[in-house]
Amino acid sequence: MTAFLSRRLLAVLPVLWVVSVVVFLILRLAPGDPAAVIAGNNATSEDIVQIRSQLGLDRNLVSQYGIWLGKVVQGDLGYSYYLGKPVLELITQRMEPSLSLAIGTALLAVCVAVPLGTLAAWRMGGWLDRALSAFSVAGFSVPVFVIAYGLIYVFAIRLQWLPVQGYKPLFGAQAGSVWDWLRQLILPWLTLGTIYIALIARMTRASVSEALSEDYIRTARSKGINERAVLLRHALANAAVPIVTVIGIGVALLIGGVVVTETVYAIPGLGSLTVDAVLNRDFPVIQGLVLFFSCSYVFINLLVDLSYVFLDPRIRH
Amino acid sequence: MVQSFTTAKDGKTWTFKLRAGLEFHDGKPVTSEDVAASLKRWASRDAMGGILFGFIDKIETPDANTFRFIMKEPCAIVLDALGKASSNVPFIMPARIASTPGTEQIKEHIGSGPFMFKADEFKPGSVAVYLRNPKYVSRKEVPSGLAGGRPVNFERVEWVIIRDPQTQFNALQAGEVDMVEQPSFEQYESLKKTAGVKVDDFSPAGYQFVMRFNHLHAPFNNLKIRQAAMLAIGQQAFLNTQVGIPDLVRPCRSIYPCGTPLADENTSYFTGVANASKARELLKEAGYDGTPIVMMRPTDLAAITKLPLVAKQQLEAAGFKVDLQQMDWASLVARRAKKEPPAQGGWNMFFTTWTAQDIGSPLSSAMLNAKGATGWFGWQDEPRIEDLKAKFARAHEGPEQKKIASEIQALVFETAAFAPLGQYRNPTALRSNVSGLLQTAGIPVMWGLSKN
Repeated sequence: MTAFLSRRLLAVLPVLWVVSVVVFLILRLAPGDPAAVIAGNNATSEDIVQIRSQLGLDRNLVSQYGIWLGKVVQGDLGYSYYLGKPVLELITQRMEPSLSLAIGTALLAVCVAVPLGTLAAWRMGGWLDRALSAFSVAGFSVPVFVIAYGLIYVFAIRLQWLPVQGYKPLFGAQAGSVWDWLRQLILPWLTLGTIYIALIARMTRASVSEALSEDYIRTARSKGINERAVLLRHALANAAVPIVTVIGIGVALLIGGVVVTETVYAIPGLGSLTVDAVLNRDFPVIQGLVLFFSCSYVFINLLVDLSYVFLDPRIRH
Repeated sequence: MVQSFTTAKDGKTWTFKLRAGLEFHDGKPVTSEDVAASLKRWASRDAMGGILFGFIDKIETPDANTFRFIMKEPCAIVLDALGKASSNVPFIMPARIASTPGTEQIKEHIGSGPFMFKADEFKPGSVAVYLRNPKYVSRKEVPSGLAGGRPVNFERVEWVIIRDPQTQFNALQAGEVDMVEQPSFEQYESLKKTAGVKVDDFSPAGYQFVMRFNHLHAPFNNLKIRQAAMLAIGQQAFLNTQVGIPDLVRPCRSIYPCGTPLADENTSYFTGVANASKARELLKEAGYDGTPIVMMRPTDLAAITKLPLVAKQQLEAAGFKVDLQQMDWASLVARRAKKEPPAQGGWNMFFTTWTAQDIGSPLSSAMLNAKGATGWFGWQDEPRIEDLKAKFARAHEGPEQKKIASEIQALVFETAAFAPLGQYRNPTALRSNVSGLLQTAGIPVMWGLSKN
């Protein structure tokens, strides 16, 4: 196991390096200039040249990359050009809302979708299966913002049970109570959860129904094992690998890919930080975020791979 | 911050007395040294500040509460410059912070006003928090714009950033926020009809849309072709398309916003009404060879994104060829700084918007920086405008300055420097129980406000 982990972790380093080079080059070669954004509408071309020089953007690309990489290996992601704050601090500030959104959505999706998908596969063609299919089609088809505005209208404007927007942190100096935190996240979780429930339920249904048609299920049933055990211990356990893979990919996408939900609910997460940084051409922040997202994907993939070892004895051997 | 000031008879000495008891938010007293350092830093970055300091021989600080400008010659813009409320603003900060070079961002934000910035709660892109300054002693006068007393009725103000206009509306309707500074125009009618919400305006002079030419390259290095473009455009179409609410728009030909002291609608051939046939004639006379105009459109800046679409249609109707290039604002501001020809990454035309405060004076208007290569984007080289600006700074306030401002405007149209596309307001939406919104020239302030 240790050797496996070491191999996987070492393999990550060249991936991160390639990602950092590609992102660095794309940013520098794309149109847009952070100095021009910082200088504002009143500036002259001379002001912009002066700011470029201050930011070190007049140096050659190799030198710029070298300075950035040298700092990164020492744990320093640099300073935001636009906000003048350390990139690490900005990412840390935004991590809690994004993780709360991602983990809560994933838990909600798993808790609802896996049992639903399993039951739908067990009673394929029945009313639950048909209802799940209809829900899945709707979940995939209706845009996230439509679901969000619908939920806000009903639960926040009409019923006034939940807030329209915002985020109350669970930790830190401005932390509120757990209920404050929950209230702010219920609607975003439901909004994002819809599509993930649809995705995971469909995958679970397909995997479990495939497993249920296998010979070993027939053998188990002929041995007189009760249907619940057949379903959970034999069918679901054997269908777990693709389900866990989809969940892993879903969580990874949720960490940085929830810009619309964060925007509609005004949640100050990593998604909105990324959009701001891109619009302002805040190179150090974009580079720091891409590095963070890459590490997250790699870490989650590693966890998924490790889970295979426990879920499928053939991989263990 | 100033208790009183005097001017010497020869106009060459200005003496200012600070109000007693002024204190920075870090607990240190505000001294004349702080004022001098802050003004020097401001002048190193601000065009109007630079002009003012061109007149100042030295700043004396005879005691902790007094600062004095010793001028090389009399200057009429001292008070206008010190009272400047649009960027860059002459904010007063401790000298240790003001010693940061003007080209570097300051690291601390410490003032002496009625609200204190709470740095530890600042989350860029999310929220900025301000607390009432318990040590602030307001002036006794009634608040008037940015002058007078600054009574504070809130212990805490949270400036929350909500990007989505619909969420802004929902949050206001649900009472989660008390005020939306600039609601989208699309929601104006709904806001007026929503129970518990009202619409008010802190900036009645509003904003002005502008179309800017690049004077360096063909075809707009040709005066007649620039004038033809000015004839081709009609302000009403820009206002209808971009704002779309008759109550909020006002065609205005003056380069100084209508309703402000220097406004003058005597604009020579520029009528602000599209005249495609006259423009076509002038284009022919100018020998326009069909060179396409590279027009930049910022797709992510809702406030001006529709202007280029209207301009394209109007210019094409007059016989121009237009190459509309779409990009985000960050790409646009980088590209507009390029002096290369359009075919090599340069440009011919872009659009922007200004607050009335920004362009209310020839000395604060960036577009009137006509120093050629070192001037504002578009690089108009027109020494006559610069000479008149210098004259304006020396002239007496009132009719004399107004006359010079009008002469500058006449030159702007004679040389077709840029085209005003009309004026608009963008009112604020508030909960009905919030009152006391002060009218300022484009800057919302939280003093004077109260909530029942």
